[in-house]
Amino acid sequence: MPTLNDYLVLSAILFAIGTAGVFVRRNLITILLSIEIMLNAVNLSFVAFGRSLGTADGQIIVFFVMTVAAAEAAVGLAIVIGLFRHRESLNPDTFTSLKW
Amino acid sequence: MLLLIPLLPLVGFLINASFGRRLSKSLSGTVACAVMLMSFAVSVAAVARLVGLPPEERAFSQSVFTWITSGDFSAGLTLRLDPLSSVMILVITGIGSLIHVYSTAYMHEEPDAEYARYFSYLNLFAAFMLVLVLGSNFLVMFVGWEGVGLCSYLLIGFWYQKKSAADAGKKAFIVNRIGDWGFILGVLLIFTRFSTLDFQELAASVSRLSPEQSFGTVSIITLLLFIGATGKSAQIPLFVWLPDAMEGPTPVSALIHAATMVTAGVYLIGRNAVLFGHAPLILNVVAIIGTATALVAGTIGLVQNDIKKVLAYSTVSQLGYMFLAMGVGAYGAGIFHLYTHAFFKALLFLGSGAVIHALAGEQDMRKMGGLRKDLPITYWTFVIGAIAIAGVPPLAGFYSKDEILWKSFSSGHTWLWAVGLLTALLTACYMFRLVFMTFHGHRANQNHENLSNHSNPSNHSNHLHDAPLPMAIALVVLAIGSILAGWVGRGGRFERFLEPSFGAAATGTVRLQADLAPEGNLETTLMFVSIAVAVAGIGLAAYYFLKNRAAADRLAENFSGVHRVLEHKYYVDEIYDAAVVQPIQIVSDDGLWKGVDIGVIDRTVNGVGQVVGGASEVLRLFQTGSVRVYAASAFLGVVVVLGYYLWR
Repeated sequence: MPTLNDYLVLSAILFAIGTAGVFVRRNLITILLSIEIMLNAVNLSFVAFGRSLGTADGQIIVFFVMTVAAAEAAVGLAIVIGLFRHRESLNPDTFTSLKW
Repeated sequence: MLLLIPLLPLVGFLINASFGRRLSKSLSGTVACAVMLMSFAVSVAAVARLVGLPPEERAFSQSVFTWITSGDFSAGLTLRLDPLSSVMILVITGIGSLIHVYSTAYMHEEPDAEYARYFSYLNLFAAFMLVLVLGSNFLVMFVGWEGVGLCSYLLIGFWYQKKSAADAGKKAFIVNRIGDWGFILGVLLIFTRFSTLDFQELAASVSRLSPEQSFGTVSIITLLLFIGATGKSAQIPLFVWLPDAMEGPTPVSALIHAATMVTAGVYLIGRNAVLFGHAPLILNVVAIIGTATALVAGTIGLVQNDIKKVLAYSTVSQLGYMFLAMGVGAYGAGIFHLYTHAFFKALLFLGSGAVIHALAGEQDMRKMGGLRKDLPITYWTFVIGAIAIAGVPPLAGFYSKDEILWKSFSSGHTWLWAVGLLTALLTACYMFRLVFMTFHGHRANQNHENLSNHSNPSNHSNHLHDAPLPMAIALVVLAIGSILAGWVGRGGRFERFLEPSFGAAATGTVRLQADLAPEGNLETTLMFVSIAVAVAGIGLAAYYFLKNRAAADRLAENFSGVHRVLEHKYYVDEIYDAAVVQPIQIVSDDGLWKGVDIGVIDRTVNGVGQVVGGASEVLRLFQTGSVRVYAASAFLGVVVVLGYYLWR
């Protein structure tokens, strides 16, 4: 029977993988996917806490997160498509025109 | 009724200032003269009413409104007419009216708008001057005091396109400000010490003081007020502005810089006779400064070649006489001289204006001469004025000047009397030098090629026209005044009339007079001495400048050092320039401008900009535009914050 700690360790590992993905990968879509992994790592810890405390709060929060994540993915992908049309590239380092 | 006196010229000012541009010359001139004449009529009526009262009650006032109320202190716009101010308003409105009439002809070549501007300033001046002399407390007087200073500035710089005129206006204003500084401090000191600014209340509380109590503060107050008077009345050390003020139109010189405004300082001392009576030390200072000014200005006037400059120095010199009278406690004699001087000096200025007008702006006496035949009215009125100022009986100047000299002698100031007598000699001398150089002899024609056919008399007189009618009227009336004005003062009537205004201070001098009454013989002797001196002065001028012009030039050569010093007015302007103007300029230039402004203020402002710029140079490195760097920094931030709370 896995304990709360096991779930949190798994969540931390997933979160680290996602973070590393955001930093390391040079593809906007991969970065978006990595962000999804980070979100889900957080979701996992929410659910784990909810179960260990015996409340439904954690699961309710997760529903909210999933909704927001879906919206975010939609907007994010739309931006990615827009950027791609603009620069013919998905490498985030090409989009530095915000630099002063 | 009193309010009407300054209000009428003010209305004239408002009309000419608002609609002058659209009024024709004759209309704006008529308006200006009409308000002055009406003001004169009202003044005469008011003074008639005043004279009708018994001598002890000769004063009435009109409270227009309460201006300031604060705690116990209150100051109102209150006008008060007493013998002293009645003399002043008659001089201001009477001579002012004549000068307005004269100006209608003198300024006729100005464009319509300028003409109206001129008359609006002149009316405004009269209004302020009347406020100055009618005000019953220091605040109202100060309004007039500053107002006439403003009008003086505006009128000196009337031809403001001319740089010298604009500069002279500024000089007059700035020098006057130095005097006003003393005046304001004096008024503030009176307020803190006596907590009233009303002349009557002040005199009452001062006369209650014992000599020991009054010594310190009253001396300082009177000294400060006297500084104000030296500024306004062009005495040493602040007389330098008056000769330069001759850049203004000549009627302005006659009205402001001879007859009225410059006498405000004398009036100030007369108005506060009780106060000054309690500061004998300062009265001595006043007498000495006055005498010194009379002598210095008289000697300078002796060698000047600009006709108006001579008259300007003569004015300074005569004002010195008035201060001498004030200083020896002969307030009545001082005001008497103020009054007679207003006639003959206005006459002389207007006469010189007629000459300048006839010669199309020429002011250098060396280029004049022989004008006697061409300008008979001007010549004869001018001679009357010159005799009057020289002090030949029975003309006006004799009575007042002799009175002053006698009072200074009889009060024991023998040295001041001697210097005053010497100045009387100088006065007669420079005045007739002016008459002879201008009206006698021959015109130097080499400088007047434009007036060709100089030898042809008919052609000659075509160019030279005598004073037109309005100018002639003013000249003739003033000449009659210069002859007759002294008669009202015969036998001390004038002094007795003024006595209530000077309060206890004057009774002292009257007592002095009574003590000396047996010495009537001495007075007569001294009278003949001063007549002899006046005649001698005229004789000297006649010898050097009528009979034997070469002798005058030889004299100037023999004493070339003295002559040069006098011609350069004792280098006073140069000394002031080196001692005051240059240091201020150096401090302003190198200290305030290049040091404080550029060095401190500009560097602070630029420094703030540079700090922001430099910080931005560093901060912009964080703004890479790379999304992943932003994400990394956000992540790092979270880690740091979390780490802080975990390991705390």
